[in-house]
Amino acid sequence: MASNSNYEKYKSDGSLQGNLLEWFDARFPATSMWRGHLSEYYAPKNFNFWYFFGSLAMLVLVIQIVTGIFLVMHYKPDAALNASGIPIAFASVEYIMRDVPWGWLIRYMHSTGASAFFVVVYLHMFRGMLYGSYRQPRELIWVFGTLLFLCLMAEAFMGYLLPWGQMSFWGAQVIVNLFSAIPLVGEPLSIWIRGDFVVGDATLNRFFSFHVIAVPLVLLGLVAAHILALHEVGSNNPDGIEIKKRKTPEGIPLDGIPFHPYYSVKDIVGVVVFLMVFSIIVFFAPEGGGYFLEYNNFIPADPLKTPPHIAPVWYFTPYYSLLRAMVWPLFGIDAKFWGVVAMGGGVVILAFLPWLDRSPVKSIRYRGPIFKTLLTLFVISFFILGFLGTKAPSYAFFGVIPGAPVAQLLSLYYFLFFLTMPWWSKIDKYKPEPDRVTM
Amino acid sequence: MKKLLTALLAAPAIALASGAALHLDKAPEVQRDNAALQSGARTFVNYCMNCHGLSYVRYNRLTQLGLSEQQIKDHLLFTADKIGEPMRIAARPAEQKAWFGATPPDLSLVARSRASEDGSGADWLYTYLRSFYRDKARPTGWNNLLFENVGMPHVLWQLQGIQVLNAEHALELAIPGTQTPAEYDKTIADLVGFMVWAAEPEAGFRKQLGFGVLAFLLVLFGFAYKLKKNYWKDIK
Repeated sequence: MASNSNYEKYKSDGSLQGNLLEWFDARFPATSMWRGHLSEYYAPKNFNFWYFFGSLAMLVLVIQIVTGIFLVMHYKPDAALNASGIPIAFASVEYIMRDVPWGWLIRYMHSTGASAFFVVVYLHMFRGMLYGSYRQPRELIWVFGTLLFLCLMAEAFMGYLLPWGQMSFWGAQVIVNLFSAIPLVGEPLSIWIRGDFVVGDATLNRFFSFHVIAVPLVLLGLVAAHILALHEVGSNNPDGIEIKKRKTPEGIPLDGIPFHPYYSVKDIVGVVVFLMVFSIIVFFAPEGGGYFLEYNNFIPADPLKTPPHIAPVWYFTPYYSLLRAMVWPLFGIDAKFWGVVAMGGGVVILAFLPWLDRSPVKSIRYRGPIFKTLLTLFVISFFILGFLGTKAPSYAFFGVIPGAPVAQLLSLYYFLFFLTMPWWSKIDKYKPEPDRVTM
Repeated sequence: MKKLLTALLAAPAIALASGAALHLDKAPEVQRDNAALQSGARTFVNYCMNCHGLSYVRYNRLTQLGLSEQQIKDHLLFTADKIGEPMRIAARPAEQKAWFGATPPDLSLVARSRASEDGSGADWLYTYLRSFYRDKARPTGWNNLLFENVGMPHVLWQLQGIQVLNAEHALELAIPGTQTPAEYDKTIADLVGFMVWAAEPEAGFRKQLGFGVLAFLLVLFGFAYKLKKNYWKDIK
């Protein structure tokens, strides 16, 4: 069903357009790509709400690229101070907000798009966990997806430095400093990353380059790999059964429908609903209550004034909590290093999910109480970790329950959820899967 | 189990509410009142702009507040020659640092940067500008209840009069100024309103446009939904 299948080449009906298309198709896999990826790519007919987020992630990617192109036309990655004593990079963002026609809209779309990207991607990943979309034969799709998530984090982190506000500066300072905790190579490594002894103009310029060129190229390549791998094996569905097992004599899955037009028209509905939510934020609450645009970031970066509390943007906070949970200098190595290991491990461990899950069924619909309970707790603890990541380590719930040990406990749960999965996923009860998908 | 889950889920919300909150007075909303914003602009130019720039706002942007270019030139254009120039101050940052010990910040975005969980940036400014009191221990002779040991003196003292801290550690007007307390509150409300406007002059248009965009998307949703229903009617 993929594009490498042997579709017949287009035959002209003798008209001018027909002749042109025949000429083109003989030299380019236009027909076979159209049919293999769209009009004859058979997707299960029982996709539900959770299946909108893949196409929405693509939409947000396009929004980010297009708005990004226009932002780069006016943005200046320069940490030097202008005549009013304000860093040029910071001032250029405000110039976009005020003096560039429609600049405010483009900037808000880009800043809201960053948060929207993570919302959509987190939901997309959660869908995979609900329905076992990472299971055989879709392991590689999931691995590409994890790499995409990692790239997205790098992209967001570097992009956040560019407005050169206080949080931009100090957030980058904190994160790049983490690398200095690596034994032996740490200190030179962090200097190499910054290009300076502190975050400065060199850092701003290289982050700009990475944010605008390097990481987006990798992202686009991985998106292509992610989709090609998906179209090679076909989509999973909420029942977690293979639609390719039951086919018509012509070889079409009985429960499959062509992606185009069925899912193209369905995804348009999802796109419009998404755009409504997106517009409500862009037009009425672009700061997202201080979560999408942090208030402190409206103050230009000042290397001499450390803010009392440095918090990353919301989408990093669950992983920031994992990082802060490690406070013990194990094996004589700085606790910071183990924090980095925990944070990195928290992302990397996702890639191993296909091999950690030993359940005989894929979908939550047919899985047992252990999975349902542990997954619910996982989601709750992920939210609480995220919440605590926005707070200072001294934070206490109701002023009495200290947040730091809670975060440590939940961090432990985060890893145990994955590491003990081979055991509990095997002993869990499960229900028999149906032969055909259920709508 | 379910109770525990609800408790866990609700915890962050409750915790948010119970943080050690500053008490901020609510700033009156004046964004639709051009007279108020113009009065705020006048106060800003006459009192604040000796030390603080508004360097992202161009003078001719003030036409958005219902002023004509001639009015701006006659009454507000003190620090530049041309109406298209930004509202900068004459003093250079380095000079100011030498004079005051710290450079007074540009205030273009202060209404946004002072926002917090405790209230909007406007609330913070509205409270701050009404919380100065006489303090002989400070080099300027002034202190502030919201912003302790602030570097800025009470520039508007002639309007407000002189406040002191009484025995209950509360503000008390010891010597009245040229304005009554109600008039002074209004002056500050207008000034804060102007700073909120200056922090994002496109905010009003942004919200207006938002309604139009949502109305369009609502109609588009109708068509998209109908199209989907039509294509999918055979899929069982």
